[in-house]
Amino acid sequence: MQHVSPIREPLVTGGKTYHDITQDISRHVESKPNMRWAAALAVSLFFLGVFLWSVYRTLWYGIGEWGLNKTVGWAWDITNFVWWVGIGHAGTLISAILLLFRQKWRSSINRAAEAMTIFAVICAAMFPVLHMGRPWLAYWVLPLPNTFGSLWANFNSPLLWDVFAISTYFSVSLVFWYIGLVPDFATIRDRAKGPIAKTVYGMLSLGWVGSAKHWSRYETVSLILAGVSTPLVLSVHTIVSMDFATSVIPGWHTTIFPPYFVAGAIFSGFAMVLTLMIITRKTFKLEDYITLEHVESMNKVIILTGSIVGVAYITEFFIAWYSGVEYEQYAFINRATGPYWWAYWSMMTCNVITPQLFWFRSIRRSLTATFIISIFVNIGMWFERFVIIVTSLHRDYLPSSWAMFSPTIIDIGIYVGTMGLFFTLFLLFAKYFPVINMFEVKTILKSSSGVAHSTHHTSMHANDPQLVNHPKHD
Amino acid sequence: MQESKKYWKGLEELNNTPEFAQAAHNEFAEFLPVKETFGSDATEAEVAPRRDFLKLLGFGLAAATLASCEAPVRKAIPYLNKPEDVEPGIANWYASTYFQGGDYNSILVKTREGRPIKLEGNPLSGVTKGGLSAKAQAAVLSLYDNNRLSAPMKAGKASNWKDIDAEIMNRLASAKGKVVLVSSTIISPTTKKAIAEFGAKANGFEHVVYDANSASGLVKANGGVIPGYDFSKAKVIVSVAADFLGTWISPVEYAKQYIQTRKITKDKSDMSRHFQFESNLSLTGSNADVRVAIKPSEEALVVAAIYNKVVGGISAPAFSNKALDKAISELTAARGAALLVAGTNDQGVQTMVRAINQALGAEGTTINTNAPSYLRQGDDTQMIRLINDMKNGLVGAAFFYDANPAYDHPMAEEVLNGLKNVDLKVSFADRINETAKLCDFICPDHNFLESWNDFEPKKGFLSLSQPAISPIFKTRQAQESLLKWSGNNTDYYTYLKNNWAGFTGSGSGWDKAVHDGVLENVSTTGQAMPNVTALSTGEIGATLNKGAQSGIELAIYEKVGLGTGSIEANNPWLQELPDPITKATWDNYVTVPISMAKEKEIEQGDLIKLTARNGQSVTLPALIQPGQAKNTVGVAIGYGRKLAGKVADNVGGNVYPLATVTKDGIIFNSTVSFEKVGGSREIAQTQTHQTVMGRIVVQESTLDKYKKDPKSVTEYVKIATPDGPKKPAAVSLWQDYEYKDHHWGMVIDLNSCIGCGSCVIGCNVENNVAIVGKQEVINRREMHWMRIDRYYSTDATREDGFTEMENPAENPSVIFQPMLCQHCNHAPCETVCPVLATTHSTEGLNQMTYNRCVGTRYCANNCPYKVRRFNWFSYPDNEKFTDVNTPQTTDLGRMVLNPDVTVRARGVMEKCSFCVQRIQSGKLEAKKEKRKVKDGEIVTACAQSCPTNAIVFGDLKDPNSQVRQIMAREQGERAFTVLEEINTQPNISYLTKIRNLA
Repeated sequence: MQHVSPIREPLVTGGKTYHDITQDISRHVESKPNMRWAAALAVSLFFLGVFLWSVYRTLWYGIGEWGLNKTVGWAWDITNFVWWVGIGHAGTLISAILLLFRQKWRSSINRAAEAMTIFAVICAAMFPVLHMGRPWLAYWVLPLPNTFGSLWANFNSPLLWDVFAISTYFSVSLVFWYIGLVPDFATIRDRAKGPIAKTVYGMLSLGWVGSAKHWSRYETVSLILAGVSTPLVLSVHTIVSMDFATSVIPGWHTTIFPPYFVAGAIFSGFAMVLTLMIITRKTFKLEDYITLEHVESMNKVIILTGSIVGVAYITEFFIAWYSGVEYEQYAFINRATGPYWWAYWSMMTCNVITPQLFWFRSIRRSLTATFIISIFVNIGMWFERFVIIVTSLHRDYLPSSWAMFSPTIIDIGIYVGTMGLFFTLFLLFAKYFPVINMFEVKTILKSSSGVAHSTHHTSMHANDPQLVNHPKHD
Repeated sequence: MQESKKYWKGLEELNNTPEFAQAAHNEFAEFLPVKETFGSDATEAEVAPRRDFLKLLGFGLAAATLASCEAPVRKAIPYLNKPEDVEPGIANWYASTYFQGGDYNSILVKTREGRPIKLEGNPLSGVTKGGLSAKAQAAVLSLYDNNRLSAPMKAGKASNWKDIDAEIMNRLASAKGKVVLVSSTIISPTTKKAIAEFGAKANGFEHVVYDANSASGLVKANGGVIPGYDFSKAKVIVSVAADFLGTWISPVEYAKQYIQTRKITKDKSDMSRHFQFESNLSLTGSNADVRVAIKPSEEALVVAAIYNKVVGGISAPAFSNKALDKAISELTAARGAALLVAGTNDQGVQTMVRAINQALGAEGTTINTNAPSYLRQGDDTQMIRLINDMKNGLVGAAFFYDANPAYDHPMAEEVLNGLKNVDLKVSFADRINETAKLCDFICPDHNFLESWNDFEPKKGFLSLSQPAISPIFKTRQAQESLLKWSGNNTDYYTYLKNNWAGFTGSGSGWDKAVHDGVLENVSTTGQAMPNVTALSTGEIGATLNKGAQSGIELAIYEKVGLGTGSIEANNPWLQELPDPITKATWDNYVTVPISMAKEKEIEQGDLIKLTARNGQSVTLPALIQPGQAKNTVGVAIGYGRKLAGKVADNVGGNVYPLATVTKDGIIFNSTVSFEKVGGSREIAQTQTHQTVMGRIVVQESTLDKYKKDPKSVTEYVKIATPDGPKKPAAVSLWQDYEYKDHHWGMVIDLNSCIGCGSCVIGCNVENNVAIVGKQEVINRREMHWMRIDRYYSTDATREDGFTEMENPAENPSVIFQPMLCQHCNHAPCETVCPVLATTHSTEGLNQMTYNRCVGTRYCANNCPYKVRRFNWFSYPDNEKFTDVNTPQTTDLGRMVLNPDVTVRARGVMEKCSFCVQRIQSGKLEAKKEKRKVKDGEIVTACAQSCPTNAIVFGDLKDPNSQVRQIMAREQGERAFTVLEEINTQPNISYLTKIRNLA
């Protein structure tokens, strides 16, 4: 058991007991849905409908329903794809890397962050399929045994790497998330009164009884999955960045992309976690579990990654100048001063300038400011991908083919629609699944809660039956 | 029939027993339990039980379901008696001739299974020498035009030939007033004979000829013919507003000649120098070494200034210009190798031009006096007189053959009114066009691909057209109709053949002429070039006094693709062919000079109303045009059709009425009032960025530099390595391909490319390229595999910044670059395709496997040349494209498709294949004959189409191939590959353009 500094802020406030934790979290699952939740779900379902309609138009008539053209072959589709994948980064980072680094503040946010990851990856995965001219043949990108003769997937293509990266990431994240849910499902099962809840949660909890053997296996699996996931956090966006970095298009063909994309992904992922957590915390009254301490820690990550991204932007310009490559130089001057200057400067403002406000402690700890800035970062990161994809393509080598891109209503419909999909999934999760990892929060209750702080001189940890039963890695 | 019955269904029928005879009356020969099932008086045992009923029901349901799942019956019927000359899968070629709107081309018609599918130039022709204009390339589709009439019409209703013949002959006999045949230029001796025969029988017959793109001033100034220009002999060419490479008289012929003086090698480094004085930036002007923008009213002054220096003796208003002085001194210095041409329809100016050419010793050298051209014979004054006669009720019957004055004559309104006074009006139009609509009878003529005819474009140069398909509809050749109405029932083929007896003699002469399509160096009765008539100074004075006007002048021009807007207008290939200069499609527009746009604050697309002095007006969007003379605007004819067909109707505005009609003829310019009316209309351009931004993707240099050191004209990029700068190919990370048999490659000479767009149409036709219509072009989704990039020069340098470099100069120099798939040896597209749909062939082709493509568009993004085209929609069956993509969406239109090339499905990528189907068939042909492929045997559609032979295709492995020899000769001098620094190693090389700057 490690020693917790009295200087550190407590991670759980409000003098909660173990029972309080169970009560507070399970309450939402067990009670009837409230009006606010239902209204939010209705709005999400509306946008999901918009999504389905836009997808129908795309599948029925073709990609021509979008605003793409002979010069700009990717625009909102891949922008949205990279944006959603980026958002999906925070979950695994929080659950895997922070777990390995023994960051205890992750406990109360990891569940929701992981859920967000999975939903974001689902949204992201829509685009590589939808953006295909013939999506019904999407399975051809998988190296399946087939009867097409010598035809197989092209292992040189970064798009193929994407398929592997995204599918691996999705499956590992899903397993990791689900394994983490099992003990909490068991808790809910045990408290369940209705027969349906009993059956469903009973099945979901996979027969968990909380025996020492279960916990031991659970811990082992967690550690293994954390180990497996950690490289994925780096690999997914590295590979996504290679879609661009391995090409010959000025503005894409850049060696800085892998680290820059990973930093950007964490940046946007944390911003999205903040946006969602601030809302969830408020709606479900979880202020004692998601504290200002959490918010502040995440804001620090945002400053760091935001600054890395900012440095990357400037480095790109430096390299364009330093390389002496005419096309590269033009691509970057065109980004900042060409017809899409507004997209570039939106990106710079949202991603580089606004996060610097977090150097001020008051802003860092202000929920309103954090919420607004997190939205800014989300917008900025969308523009980053738009700038990279569209402004590089629309004016590449031969000026004769230079063109502009403008989205159609279907482009917008699909993008807004994936948000509908995302929030529908998230709202269902928030209602029917425990949004906070109950058993992990319990493990930090004694070590880093407000209660623990007041009593940590009286050494009681060893005698705590709960902790004996749940030998945690920390 | 019954008596001689030979077949029987079985022995039962042969024996014809009573049982059989009875059974034969029953619909169902065997017992069916249906009736018993529902019979009311049947006993319990006899009635089929409920279970049987259910069984039957079940079987019926299953059978019906299965039947409905069955694939539809496709009509693939084998020949019972195979036509002698039709081999399925093998093309037949017929020599023929295209002549439309003054554009003459000797052609070869490719037919597959009896359908003409492509036209190519006839290399045996001494006139067009294997070249083919864009219009002629596309003309095969006019055969399959959905708006063609399928039967003759009487008073707006379909009728039959018998009734119509009887009625027309009746009414002709009783016509009060003269009988008139109105036509555009007819260069067919036999047709003229038929008309004469018809005229001999008719009352006070008159044959009125007018041309929508009239050259009557030129014709009159030269005594009824057009001089036989020979640009190939010219060292100095001065053109005053004559677009002889694009639209003027016989552009393919002139381009062939002109380019001989422009092709250079180290050993033959002489080039002609070409001065162009014009208002609108024309195709010819964009190829000139020196181009001066003048107002239309100054054309006469320029010619007069030359006249004064060369011939002397008239008092002309002073017009001086440094370039003009230079042009004059070079013209006079190059006596015997100088040529002046003028595009104006002013007889006075053309008379001066003739005198100048004579004084320069052009006649006999750069003008072939033995072979004058007959391609324009229209007489404007005659037509104007006819219109007045019609108004005054002097015309009893009017026949319109290949003429649509209700649309394409500036006095169209008077034509409309005049026709009301004519009793009998007959049109030979193939559709209900503007004039035919007003006629009592429409007697649709065959399409030229269904007809026999002959042509004499130049004296002594004859050619034939022969049917390549039997008539699709109940049409009849106009000549045959005329003969019939004059009481001669000979069919036109016999008539023609008899008429040719004098040329071909007896025996195989006729067959050879039909086979070759041409018969040249024969003595014909065509008009010879008359001797020059003395020039009266008064005549010139009158012309010059008309000059120099204040205000904005409108210069009306003709487009390379759409011509006069007759049959071409309803051809979607031509509508979607980007104008060589503006790169605009599907519309006409007001070309506004940059200075005027600044002054009047005009943005591209702003609607402008032009009102001519005669009160006629047209409202069109503005297109800001570098090179447009100050205070002038230009508008193209050929648009604004009302009754051309679904493709052309209401595309653009009709500018014919704005031309100036004088007593001497039609002048295609006018002073106009210029009014911004508010609102705008987007112009569908395939290229919106005008300048090359200082990049070396396209290279040019000067003749002086080339002569000093041919190695200095092309810039080659080097990559810095630790061992010093190296060629990009030397630092490759990739393994090179090894080509064992063939290595296909191409060289495109930028010095020879005039930017005409023939190759674009040739490619479209050969490769079934979809047409997408105006909105999709605006969306930048045209499907052309082949495009011609056009760049203007700019006055700005790198120091002025990139934004300034985007602005073209006021009077820019222009460079064209045909751009198609470069078939890179290290192709960026090939590595990124996740499903290996685009791969490299063992012969160096970058191939596209349509049915493997899933449509990620990654290849298109990663293509530095942006030549890949994506099927955004299902162009062949999306209803949005029915009216524009007629070759793929309509049953009739589909007959034009090349059966060797797939029509691409939605969602797949496509691009230039180097006409792989042609390579394949060429290789098979060689294999059958157990030999190697000969150079020149396999030619891509674009190379085949090019009237200036700018594109050379061949095998780079073959040491004797032309392409290999050019590469060997030009390596290090003019040959370069585009974007060499990214090391894509294209199989297409370009040769640097050399300008002969003054």
